[in-house]
Amino acid sequence: MNKLNSREELTALRKVCKAAFDGEKKKILVCGGTGCVAGGSLNIFDKLKGLLEEKGVNVDVELADEPHGDAVGMKKSGCHGFCEMGPLVRIEPQGWLYTKVKVEDCEEIVEKTILGGEMIERLVYKQNGEIYPKQEEIPFYKKQTRVVLESCGHINASSIREYIALGGYTALEKCLFDVTPDDIINEVSESNLRGRGGGGFAAGRKWASCAKQKEEPKYIVCNGDEGDPGAFMDRSIMEGDPHRLLEGMMIAGIAIGSSEGYIYVRAEYPLAVDRLRTAIAQAEELGILGDNILGSGKSFHVHINRGAGAFVCGEGSALTASIEGKRGMPRVKPPRTVEHGLFDKPTNLNNVETYANVPMIINKGAAWYKAIGPENSPGTKAFALTGTIRNTGLIEVPMGTTLREVIFDIGGGMKGDTKFKAVQIGGPSGGCLTEKDLDVPLDFDSLKSVGAMIGSGGLVVMDDKTCMVEIARFFMNFTQNESCGKCVPCREGTKRMLEILERITAGNGQDGDIELLEELADTISNTALCGLGKTAPSPVISTIKNFRDEYEAHIYQKRCPAGACSKLKRYVIDAEKCKGCSKCARNCPVSAIDGKIKSPYVIDQDKCIKCGACLSNCSFGAVKEEA
Amino acid sequence: MKKDFDFTVVDNILAKYPAEELSTIAILQDVQEYYHYLPEEVFPHIAKAINVGEARLYGVATFYENFSLDPKGKYVIRCCDGTACHVRGSLPILNKLREELGLSEEKKTTDDLMFTVETVSCLGACGLAPVLTVNGETYPAMTPEKAVELLNELRAKEAAANE
Repeated sequence: MNKLNSREELTALRKVCKAAFDGEKKKILVCGGTGCVAGGSLNIFDKLKGLLEEKGVNVDVELADEPHGDAVGMKKSGCHGFCEMGPLVRIEPQGWLYTKVKVEDCEEIVEKTILGGEMIERLVYKQNGEIYPKQEEIPFYKKQTRVVLESCGHINASSIREYIALGGYTALEKCLFDVTPDDIINEVSESNLRGRGGGGFAAGRKWASCAKQKEEPKYIVCNGDEGDPGAFMDRSIMEGDPHRLLEGMMIAGIAIGSSEGYIYVRAEYPLAVDRLRTAIAQAEELGILGDNILGSGKSFHVHINRGAGAFVCGEGSALTASIEGKRGMPRVKPPRTVEHGLFDKPTNLNNVETYANVPMIINKGAAWYKAIGPENSPGTKAFALTGTIRNTGLIEVPMGTTLREVIFDIGGGMKGDTKFKAVQIGGPSGGCLTEKDLDVPLDFDSLKSVGAMIGSGGLVVMDDKTCMVEIARFFMNFTQNESCGKCVPCREGTKRMLEILERITAGNGQDGDIELLEELADTISNTALCGLGKTAPSPVISTIKNFRDEYEAHIYQKRCPAGACSKLKRYVIDAEKCKGCSKCARNCPVSAIDGKIKSPYVIDQDKCIKCGACLSNCSFGAVKEEA
Repeated sequence: MKKDFDFTVVDNILAKYPAEELSTIAILQDVQEYYHYLPEEVFPHIAKAINVGEARLYGVATFYENFSLDPKGKYVIRCCDGTACHVRGSLPILNKLREELGLSEEKKTTDDLMFTVETVSCLGACGLAPVLTVNGETYPAMTPEKAVELLNELRAKEAAANE
C-alpha cells in the first residue's frame, strides 16, 4: 500500500475500500477472539476457506482493490460476545449466527448455506423452543446497544482497509484539519465521557488539565492492563477493533499536544498484542501514524509495552513506572499523572474503552452521546458477563440499564436450576450485590451509593452454592498476593484480613472476628497509598453487609450454609440406608468410623478429617454430606 | 554460577532494544521466553549492558509474577483461578493436577523438569470457564477428569517422542 500524503488521498482510499466492502455480498465472519480461538475457530476458518477454494469460489480475505462481484469474504473477526455458544460463525448478507460450530460442520455450511443460501437449523441458536437464526434477534443481543463494539465481530480485525471502509479515521481527519485542539477538548468535556477504567473521572477534564501543562514532551498512555479477574472488555476491543483504539489515542494526542503514545497490555493477552502490532504497522504504512500524518505536519507514534504479571500496574503511577522499566509500585500523589506521569512528564492516561469512545463522540457530537444513558453517566458500557449464568460473554448496554435486565434478559438467568444469590461487580475493588439491588441502574453514581463500583466492568454472577465468606477470602487472597508491598496498611492489613477469613472458612472463627475485619477494613481504606489498597477491603465489607448471617453461621455454628467450605462439611451415615457392610470403616484413613457388622455405622465427628472417602466408597448411598 | 555461560542468545536479544533502563522488562521477557526462566548468569551481563544496578534488575525480576528464577518444566500448565473460573470450580482441577504430579503450592515443578503447575489470576477467557493453558494454548471448560486425560496425553506424547 502506498503512503497517503493528504486528506484527499485517504478519502479516495476510503471510496475504494467501501466499494470493495459493499461488493462482498456473501461473507463468512469466523470469530477470532480468544474464547472462540480456544474452542478451535481458527481450524474452522482454514477448513471453510479450503473448502471454498476447492470448489473454485473466489475467496477474499483482505478487501480487493477492484470489487469483483462473486467473491465470498472470509474474515477472522473480533469477539462477537456470545462466548458461551462459541465457536461462532456469522453469515452475511442473511445475518445468521451459527453457534458451537465444529470443523465437521464446515462442509455442510459451504454446500447448503454459502452455495445454496439455505439455513442450517441445527447450528442456529435456540431458547425455550424457539429458534433465532438472525444474530440481532437473539435475546442476548436484542437488548444490547453496541456502540464501542459496533464493528467488533463484523469486520476483519486485522484489516485497516475494512476499518477505513466503515468510516474509520474520519474523526482523526476532522481533528487534524477542521477543528482546534480546544474544540476537541470541549467536545469531549461536553459529552461528559467518564473514564471507563473504574474511577469514572471526567475524560474532558483530564485532557484539559494535561493540555494546560507547560512542560514538553507530553505522553498519551493507554491502560490495557485489564487485571480484574472476570473482565475482558478491553481485551475484546484491542483484539477486535484495534484501529478504533489507535484513532482515539491519536485524537487525544492532537488535543493535548503529544506525539508519543504507549499502550500497556497485560502479558496474558498475547492475541491483543499481536493485533495491535499489526494495526500499528498498517497505520504506519499508510502514513496515518508516524511523522507528518496525511501531510498535516502533525506526528504521532505508538509503542506497545507488555506487562509482566502485576495487578498493581493497573494503577496509574505503577503503570508508568513499569513502562520505564522499574518495579511497578505506585507513588504518593499529588503530583498527579497529568503533571508528573511517564518519564516525569505530563501524561494523559485513560483506559482502552475510554479512548475507543472518542472517535464516535467527535464524529457524531456530544449531544448524540449524551442522549444515551443517564445524564451523569452518559454513553454505553461494556460488561463481561461470567460466572454461573446461562449466557456468558461480552455485552454492551447503555449506562443506567438495571442489573436485572443484564442478568436475566441478556444473560438468560442462571445456568441450570440454581438460584441467583449475588453478583460481584467491579472485581477485587468492587462489591457483591444481592436480589434487593437488582433494580439498581448500572452507572457510576448509583453503584457507588450501594457500596459497589462499576470498576472495569466485570460482572460475576453467583448461585446459591457459592459461599460468600469464601468469595471474600478469594478476593482478599488475590489482593494480598498482588499487594506491591510498598505501604504498610495494604501489605500488612490485607495479610491480617486474609488470615482471619481463612480461619473463619476453616471453622476456626472466633467471636469478634467480624468486628475486627470491619476495623481493619476501615483503617486500610483510609490509609493505603493507592486506589487498589484503598478498595481492597470492599468485597469483605459488602459481603459482611449483605451476608452477615453467613459469617455468623461459620463462626458460631461452624457451618457453611452454602455447603461450599470443605472444612466445614460434615459426613453422616443414614442409619436407615446403612447395611452395616463396614466398607466405609475399612476405607477411613483415620479410623473415625465405628460400628458392628450388619448394624448401622457411625462417624466420630471429632476424628473425621472430611476427606470424603466414606462417601465415595459407600455402595448404598448411605453416607451424606451435611452443610 | 556457570563460568562458561554462552551469552550469544542474550546478546542477540540486547541488540534488539535501546541500551537503557526502559528496555528492562522487554529484555527479561525475551530471555525468559528462550530459557523458560531467568538464569542467574544473565543478571550481571544485562545490568552492565543497559547500565542499571544488578540489584535493581533483580528487584524488577522478582517483582513481576511472570518472571521465574527457577527452571520451569517443559510443559507449563497455568490453571486459571480468576473469579469466573473460581465460581465454576477451578480449585478441584488445580488440586487434581497437583495430586497427579506430586506438586504443591510451594513445589511448582516436577523433578524431571517435565511439568510446571501454576495458577493465574485471570486469562480473560471467562466465557469458557474453567480454563487452563499448556504452554500458552487454551483448554476450555475443564474438569478434574479432563485435566488428568490431558496430562496422560502429554505424557504419551513424550513417551512416543523418546522411542
